[in-house]
Amino acid sequence: MTATIVSTEHLTKRYGDRAAVDDVSLTVRRGEVYGFLGPNGAGKTTTLRMLLGLVRPTSGRATVLGRHPGDPAVNGRVGALVEGPGFYPYLSGRDNLRVMARYQGIGDAPVEEALARVDLLERGKDAFRSYSLGMKQRLGVASALLGDPDLLILDEPTNGLDPAGMSDMRRLVVDLAAGGQTVVLSSHMLTEVQEICDRVGVISNGRLLTEATVAELRGATSLFVRAEPADVALAVAMRVAGDDAVQVVDDGFRLETGAKNAPVVTQALVEAGARVHEIRPSERTLEEVFFEMTTPEEALR
Amino acid sequence: MTTVNAVLASTRAELLRLRKWPALWVMTGAWLLLNVMFVYVFNYLSYTTGSTTPRGEGIPKEALLAEMLPAAAPISAVQGLPMFGGAIMMILGALAIGSGYGWGTWKTVFTQGPSRLATTAGSLVALVLAIVAIVALTFVLDLGLSTLVAATESQTIVWPGLGDIAPALGGGVLIASMWMLGGALIGTLAKGPALGVGLGLVWVLAVENLLRGVANLLGGMDVVTDHLPGTAAGSLAGGLGAGGGTDGTPGVFTTLDTASASWLLVAYLVVFAGITAVVVRRRDLA
Repeated sequence: MTATIVSTEHLTKRYGDRAAVDDVSLTVRRGEVYGFLGPNGAGKTTTLRMLLGLVRPTSGRATVLGRHPGDPAVNGRVGALVEGPGFYPYLSGRDNLRVMARYQGIGDAPVEEALARVDLLERGKDAFRSYSLGMKQRLGVASALLGDPDLLILDEPTNGLDPAGMSDMRRLVVDLAAGGQTVVLSSHMLTEVQEICDRVGVISNGRLLTEATVAELRGATSLFVRAEPADVALAVAMRVAGDDAVQVVDDGFRLETGAKNAPVVTQALVEAGARVHEIRPSERTLEEVFFEMTTPEEALR
Repeated sequence: MTTVNAVLASTRAELLRLRKWPALWVMTGAWLLLNVMFVYVFNYLSYTTGSTTPRGEGIPKEALLAEMLPAAAPISAVQGLPMFGGAIMMILGALAIGSGYGWGTWKTVFTQGPSRLATTAGSLVALVLAIVAIVALTFVLDLGLSTLVAATESQTIVWPGLGDIAPALGGGVLIASMWMLGGALIGTLAKGPALGVGLGLVWVLAVENLLRGVANLLGGMDVVTDHLPGTAAGSLAGGLGAGGGTDGTPGVFTTLDTASASWLLVAYLVVFAGITAVVVRRRDLA
């Protein structure tokens, strides 16, 4: 039993001159929910396709469950939904899953379980082509769940789902991880990744920009302070938190200091004669981090 | 999963989705209808009215009747396969394999466990089994209709022997499978059914005949035309007893002897399936 479920080393895929995936080295550990985050066209899907053996890397290598991607022994233990669900339009949702169950050499019982998990039991008899986008997506996830795989690779699993469906899907992923399954999911929805992922890989233009826990990415908590007069407040803030630890934002300051220092800062401000309008712990959202990372520097200037 | 189990699992999966595929039933129905029309309906009308249909002219009435009796049922069931039946089988192969690229089902299937080779083998085996069923169904239908003809025309019923049935149906399956695999190959190369269907039909229905025309004018070309898939298929049907020539079933020849024709068909079958497998195995599914 190895703790690393997926690892890639310098994984690269070129289409002509264009590198869709460029030198990506990432690691997914057993039992975690790994968020693969990036704008559309960043290389998320191509990377996931390489992990499934659907696409051959141009260079570099990937290991999934200790073997080459696409090895039959690996594919049997991986469940996947990549770039939209692909099913026979004329078959019912249930029959589509039965076909996949036959490919896996398992019986029909897991089909009913999978349909139940994504809430499609009632519509299971209807033709796939009559499904809404969200139902198709849910069937795709159900198919990934068949055979109780060790690793689930879900490409934009909430695509096309309404808010309730998204929330159901997030709960499902959290449940799966709690049950010991490792989940790799890609998304361009930061809130989703923030809520359910343990670790995140951020990819843009084919390159992996960073790989870290959500908390690491967002950085330490800081304090947001809005007080008047501004010059007095700024002086106090710099005295308490340190000269480099104060940032002027919007109509206040951000102090790089823990939330537990709020009373100390408040007291210092009041003693200096400042009127405090607002003081609260402040965390950068993943969204802010993400845009800082993925926006080209020239665009920021 | 061992390789054999993987192929078996894939075959079972494909059989399930083929069985519930309306297109398969439409194609089977079209084939059966053509078979019944050309073997029984037109010939029977020609026989009873004595009118000169294109087929009736110059053929003695007794010969026309003999073709519609139970003893001829094994040949009746397969004589249309070298040409128009072959075209339908080619469409079947191209649709069954090519559509998966548009539907996105291959990417789903290739992540289920069985290797791409096992998956491809399973799909092709399932399609061949479908052809076996179609040929058997045609034979049963023809046996029934021919018995009806015999009863109506007060003929003594002579049942075909196993020695007639087995080679005819086996040959029919071989011919139909060869065309189907040709369609599957084009469907795979084109990653879609449309080009496969279009090119396949033009080849089966037109190009081979045009080439045979050219071969009559150019010496040396006949080495090529004598070994085309359609020639092999037609020669096998001819060797099994189907009436060819200008008055007979289109696409039936006597160019090659039965053994050479059979081996050539097997060779085409292996080559078509082999290239399909290699392409599927190596391809990026993007």
